[in-house]
Amino acid sequence: MGAMRWMAGAWMLAGVAGLPAGAAAQTLTLAVAASPTSVDPHYHNLGPNNGLAHHIFGRLVEADPAARPGPGLALSWRAVDETTWEFKLRPGVKFHDGADFGAADVAYTIARVPTVKNSPGSFLLYTRSITAVEVVDALTVRMKTRVSTPLLPIDLTQVYMLPRGLGAEPATEDFNGLKHANGTGAFRITAFRSSDRAELARNDAFWGKKPHWERVVYRMIPNDSARTSALLAGDVDVIEAVPTQDLANLRGDKRVAMAEAVSLRVAYLMLDLSRKDGQPFVSGPNGEVLTTNPFQDVRVRRALSLAINRQAIVDRVMEGAAVPTGQFLAPGSLSYVRDLEAPKQDIAAARKLLAEAGYPNGFRMTLHGPNDRYVNDEKVTQAIGQMWSRAGIQTKVDALTWPNFIGRASKQEFSAFFAAWGITSGEASNPLRALVATFDAQKGTGSANRSRYSNPALDEVIARASSITDDAARGQALIAATRQAMDDVALITLYQQKNIWGMKPNLRYVARADEATYAEDVTVAP
Amino acid sequence: MTTWMLRRLIQAVFVMLAMTVIVFIGVNVIGDPIEILISPDADQAERARAVAALGLDKPLWEQYWKFLMGALQGDLGRSFVFNEPALKLIAQRMPATLELAMTAVILSVVLGIPLGLYAGLRPNSIGGRTIMGASILGFSLPSFWIGLMLIMVFAVQLGWLPSTGRGQTAELFGVQWSFLTANGLAHMAMPALNLALGNIALVLRLTRAGVRENLPMDYVKFARAKGISPSRVVFVHVLKNIMIPIVTVVGLEIGGLIAFAVVTESVFAWPGMGKLIIDSINVLDRPVIVAYLMMIVLLFIVINLIVDLLYTVLDPRVRLETKE
Amino acid sequence: MSESALPEEPAAVLPPQETPFARFVSEYAESPVAVVSFIAVVLIVAIALFAPWLSPQNPYDLAQLDIMDGRLPPGAKSPEGWTFWLGTDDQGRDMLSGIMYGLRISLSVGVGSAMIACVIGTALGLIAAFAGGKLDGGIMRLVDLQLSFPAILVALMILAFLGKGVMNVMLALVIVEWARFARTARSAALVEARREYMEAARCLALPKWRLVFRHMLPNCMPPIIVIGTILVARAITLEATLSFLGLGVPITEPSLGLLIANGYQYMLSGKYWISFYPGIALLVTIMAINLVGDQLRDVLNPRLKR
Repeated sequence: MGAMRWMAGAWMLAGVAGLPAGAAAQTLTLAVAASPTSVDPHYHNLGPNNGLAHHIFGRLVEADPAARPGPGLALSWRAVDETTWEFKLRPGVKFHDGADFGAADVAYTIARVPTVKNSPGSFLLYTRSITAVEVVDALTVRMKTRVSTPLLPIDLTQVYMLPRGLGAEPATEDFNGLKHANGTGAFRITAFRSSDRAELARNDAFWGKKPHWERVVYRMIPNDSARTSALLAGDVDVIEAVPTQDLANLRGDKRVAMAEAVSLRVAYLMLDLSRKDGQPFVSGPNGEVLTTNPFQDVRVRRALSLAINRQAIVDRVMEGAAVPTGQFLAPGSLSYVRDLEAPKQDIAAARKLLAEAGYPNGFRMTLHGPNDRYVNDEKVTQAIGQMWSRAGIQTKVDALTWPNFIGRASKQEFSAFFAAWGITSGEASNPLRALVATFDAQKGTGSANRSRYSNPALDEVIARASSITDDAARGQALIAATRQAMDDVALITLYQQKNIWGMKPNLRYVARADEATYAEDVTVAP
Repeated sequence: MTTWMLRRLIQAVFVMLAMTVIVFIGVNVIGDPIEILISPDADQAERARAVAALGLDKPLWEQYWKFLMGALQGDLGRSFVFNEPALKLIAQRMPATLELAMTAVILSVVLGIPLGLYAGLRPNSIGGRTIMGASILGFSLPSFWIGLMLIMVFAVQLGWLPSTGRGQTAELFGVQWSFLTANGLAHMAMPALNLALGNIALVLRLTRAGVRENLPMDYVKFARAKGISPSRVVFVHVLKNIMIPIVTVVGLEIGGLIAFAVVTESVFAWPGMGKLIIDSINVLDRPVIVAYLMMIVLLFIVINLIVDLLYTVLDPRVRLETKE
Repeated sequence: MSESALPEEPAAVLPPQETPFARFVSEYAESPVAVVSFIAVVLIVAIALFAPWLSPQNPYDLAQLDIMDGRLPPGAKSPEGWTFWLGTDDQGRDMLSGIMYGLRISLSVGVGSAMIACVIGTALGLIAAFAGGKLDGGIMRLVDLQLSFPAILVALMILAFLGKGVMNVMLALVIVEWARFARTARSAALVEARREYMEAARCLALPKWRLVFRHMLPNCMPPIIVIGTILVARAITLEATLSFLGLGVPITEPSLGLLIANGYQYMLSGKYWISFYPGIALLVTIMAINLVGDQLRDVLNPRLKR
């Protein structure tokens, strides 16, 4: 009882003390949808981590809102020869502690990336092709690569630069403890409480445009409803990933302004092609065992694609927060195929194709998908189940938690599954190599090709296309490869998601294709 | 007494060991942490590197052995996700959960006992019946639903309370607490009430039942006959007697509250241990799951011990030895 | 709801032997609330049993759903001309049908798990009481251990490792519930063991199993029934909570809890009916069962007799 009285006393005291006044001036509170796990920019290659790191650290090449590479800490770059890239660095850039940024820091960073201890997702992915970093002078650096690597500048849009002053093998914990959190970014980090919030203070020595905000409170609210209600209640100024179910209401709400952009994330279905005889989750129309794999027939794959009403999914399930598609990327990308439109639903044609392939009465199948990974994942999966059922393929739907789902999908345990792919590079080389090319550990291709689709002729086209350095020529080659992959229904692409931000009506945000939320891009409306 | 404590301790160690084995096997069965942690862009070489970096390429028994050896030295492993010692992560989140649970306990006692007394003393009055009806409602409402209703009404519609998060904190004993600032208290009000609802109903019913069982008893009649004022009979004599089961249940419930905070923390985005465990399960962060469970087992054993000790203090008739 | 949102366990005391069933009924009927609750429980069970014949749609058949009918408000007309009295959810599922079928799942999970837990728990409790000694100590140690951990946490762990599904949820619920039955059965049996009829039976040298199951068990039933009623309500709530956390039943065959969880996302946008009506159905079900359990305890516990 004594303790209780003490507690009550403390409550009252706190009530009297109240909040420090004036903290609100030029403070931006934003809510992100996923929690960064670390402040170490090389620890875990994960969207939320990279998003927070952007505020603190800088990269040689920065992606613009449309995901096109542009100057960052490097002003310009060129291919000296097939296997050498040269970067000219921006002069006069300083780290938060006042040290100058220069070529030696670039060399230090590239050398540090593979040494991060216990990294569950390394940035080595982007720097592995580099065999040597040559410091030409303080502001010029050359990178030698094993083979021709036309996408190296794009790969470097993922790698944050650290000061060489951190010494040998700086520990991830010291970044989280903010001791090592020393970058060239527009903000310094002043507090980091994982899964709760980070606090940022403006770096007045920043080389670029000075952000409007003196302080930024970077809150992490993964729960969709909680994020929306935090915005409506005025607790936060900006939220990312506005839940689609709240879109219609928020659009009509005067308390909220919105910003949106078509994202680099494409939703797709994969049909298992690893088996020749039978499928674990496919049976005949009356439940009889099938000794063939219907998906081996391109007509069946095409029929399944035609049976889907993409527009209905976009309108009804995604509530407009997506764009129907028949390829990987949205218009504006280097490798966008202009005349490849999203297939229109055509149930008659689908039934005809099924009949031609020898399944006049369809078959039974189960479609799997995750239930906690992508926007509306389990709802979309169910909607597709409805559409396939109506086209004569009696479909069951099973939605699993991500750990369960992805483990089984990677072992080819499903006959068909729903997933989505974020195309970080902004061009089709990435999904073609990861999703369509034959699974080959040696070459590093097909790493996410869980259907085990394999087309050697297409593999060659993809390999050739991704080694072209000239942007325009590579774009044309990628367009040809994309067309071939879609024609063969290597996978069924459904729609590109839209990234949507919600904010107080007096604020504006430059919507980004890459889902990132950057405090310096939030401005006060004129 | 000492043998009794010793026995409890041995039991605790055994339970913890069993727990760790189950979790090790369980995580292995459910999926591959690498698949969840790794960047989707990663190729096969990067995957192999990550597997080796986390020590997941070794056979399970070897991983377990390594864990056991570490555990003996107080090292429960590093989180796959955060690359920090699992114990440190949990210790960081614990204050948030503890203060939420403690506030809920206080709320349930402060609201539950007076309501229960009233319902017990006037079982047939309208007030008494209403309280009892409401208490059934308190049991029956799923707490996640109540949580959302609270947010809808108090944060969105009325705008009185902040919807989610922990708000401002202040330091006490080197730890950040929300209950020390007005802003933090405002953030805590709804989640604490949400968490407390079931317990308010429980304490209320226990109190009422206690009053109804005690009132017809001889000592009450004697006390009344002796001319002690009715309020003194109720508030001193009866209350003292019914406090024993209430203290026991409330004590045991602290553990339940800490566990149930999983749901409340999810709804109110409260950054406590419960949210950590849900997140960790979702990404199969085995070291954190194992460490959390070991901590919980320990916590429960300690709570049960304290309740048993309190029991002897409150009721001298109970001797620990008899519990064997 | 909270963990041990259980009223105190019923004392292991029996109604006097001579009490006939009629007396029990009349005592039960003393409370009008309890009678209404009982009728409600009967109605709910009937709805759940006959859902396929009562509901306008089979909400589990994807071919009968159309996303174009999604999120219609209560009273909207379906393309075939019938009315969605309680509106539709995001998949175009008729909420009324969804609730009827959802009741089926919720009740069968709740009742099913409680029954299995009851059989296992009671058997172990009786064995413990009758065998005594080491076996008794071992079983009761296990019971104490089980009860010292919050059900939600244990269930959460089990489901996290087994994955979702009706069977797994039931398994998890059985694992968290058996111990309460065991404890209740044991204490009831210990009281019974001292009664004269048991002495008499022992003197007749009847086989042990016969003694326990034919003679002792029927007399231990009242407290077990009381605790069982309450545990059914608790199992339903627990299942709803697990489904809410994304670990419960599969998405295409939603229980009441999952219907609420699905509608939860739409609460802020004013589409209250997706979450509200299943919530009411769940609330009424659990309240009715709890009220019945409450009255049963009052009737069966002579210490509370006026």
